[in-house]
Amino acid sequence: MTLFCHELRQGRLSLAVWTLCIGFFVLVCVLMYPEFEGQMEEMGAMFASMGGFTAAFGMDRLNIGTLTGFYAIECGSIIGLGGAFYAALTGISALAKEESGHTAEFLLTHPLSRGFAAGTKLAAVLVQVTVMDLACFGFGVLSVLLVDHPVPWGDLGLLHAAYLLLHLELAALCFGFSAFRHSSGLGIGLGLAVSLYFANLIANAAPAADWLNYITPFAYTDGADLLTEGGLDPALVLPGMAYGIAALVLGFLHYRRKDMR
Amino acid sequence: MQAIQTENLTKFYGRARGIEGLDLEVEAGEFFGFIGPNGAGKSTTIRTLLGLIAPTGGSARVLGLDIRTRRQEILRQVGYLPAEAFFYPGQRVRDVLRLSAGLRRKDCTATARELCRRLQLDTSARVDALSFGNRKKVGIVCALQHDPALLILDEPTGGLDPLMQREFFSILRERNAAGATVFLSSHILSEVQRHCTRAGVIRDGRLIACGKVEDLADTGARRVLVRGNPDLTGLPGVRGLETLEDGVRFLYSGPMQPLLQTLASAPVRDVQITEPDLEEVFLHYYAEGGEPA
Repeated sequence: MTLFCHELRQGRLSLAVWTLCIGFFVLVCVLMYPEFEGQMEEMGAMFASMGGFTAAFGMDRLNIGTLTGFYAIECGSIIGLGGAFYAALTGISALAKEESGHTAEFLLTHPLSRGFAAGTKLAAVLVQVTVMDLACFGFGVLSVLLVDHPVPWGDLGLLHAAYLLLHLELAALCFGFSAFRHSSGLGIGLGLAVSLYFANLIANAAPAADWLNYITPFAYTDGADLLTEGGLDPALVLPGMAYGIAALVLGFLHYRRKDMR
Repeated sequence: MQAIQTENLTKFYGRARGIEGLDLEVEAGEFFGFIGPNGAGKSTTIRTLLGLIAPTGGSARVLGLDIRTRRQEILRQVGYLPAEAFFYPGQRVRDVLRLSAGLRRKDCTATARELCRRLQLDTSARVDALSFGNRKKVGIVCALQHDPALLILDEPTGGLDPLMQREFFSILRERNAAGATVFLSSHILSEVQRHCTRAGVIRDGRLIACGKVEDLADTGARRVLVRGNPDLTGLPGVRGLETLEDGVRFLYSGPMQPLLQTLASAPVRDVQITEPDLEEVFLHYYAEGGEPA
């Protein structure tokens, strides 16, 4: 518990900053919705005629004129990508920061097994990512209440559940990478998040690249799919979870025998 | 019981040698000095014993426990002070001490308070703002506050002022008298000579000498200081000859008679023949191709 609480304390500023930033932009975005509400038919027609770009953002199947459609497209990008950056940074630094900050010598000369230390750090990462996502959900609900719309609990809950899974998968992938690194891997974490985001855009825009949907976790957070299907697609979620678990297993196996610098 | 026992302990970093075939024995209750220059393998030895790195070959036991299989039990009984202590950013000294005690699941409040008092360490200070010496003090308290059976100290006095060094060694002597084993890795030979009962000398990853400190220093060689101008040409056993303003100084190993005859036949105003200190012996060990003096 000591190490778990220590990890949460070390990460609290980053958690607060990222959560407030994402939450702020979600609020701003939804608060602008009433201004656009009257023009949504024209906007919807315009967005629907942008070819591959339209498909890439799922606007060919979503009605941006509705609050949930607007939320899924506009806020979805903010929460999905912003949260992915936070999850990646938190995951990639969890283990590597001990060596880059030269604190591994302090931590690992206490009577803890490597497995316990890594497991506790993983738990702290997952808790922080979950707290960030729950707070973003709270900001989402608050923003809808502020524009005097009934809260679409089911749709909002589904979208945020998908974002949470996305962020947990990214955090797990980056945590696994973190075990192999001796120095800070922030660039790798951010690069991975951005690459997977663009992989999803490409997969949506080009049918020939459909296979990318089975690689990028952004695929199962696609608002158009979620709102039209009414649920997560297990064919996309399960491989994602498998990648995350595989990264964690490999990371743990390596970390247990790793030479610390 | 032996506090530390290594047999043919070897660590290679890829092709680079860390330590090779290291055989070392430290008895429980000893105050042991571990001497060697940078890159000799001191830190590699310590990091291997603590399980921070895995040995490539050989075996080692700490407090009778195998380092490969009983790491946690070993660490529970060991206090380690690294050469340079690093802590987590944003913490105060008391947070670091509490974290260290918490990770050991032990209430160390009373001992920590006493150590901080003796080392004049302000527990409300932020570790980011501490000087090297004060960070070292935090490391010392972390290493000692749980009353470990074995203390592994890597260059412990770096950054400490002379008064603090004296207090630190006073604490170590108390702990040693109470039964704790002290394993002191150091460049500073005077502190090894002053405080340690036995010492080991490591060079190029191998232990090249190990024994009582006085035996290590007593190699049969003598430090000779001559005020005058003797002709030492042809006298075997003279090494490290230095010319002074009014004489010469050298290390001499060999029978006394030829030395005295040489000095007697020269205009000499004064002669001092003394035992070399450990520093001189150490330098000799590390001189290229040097054999024990």
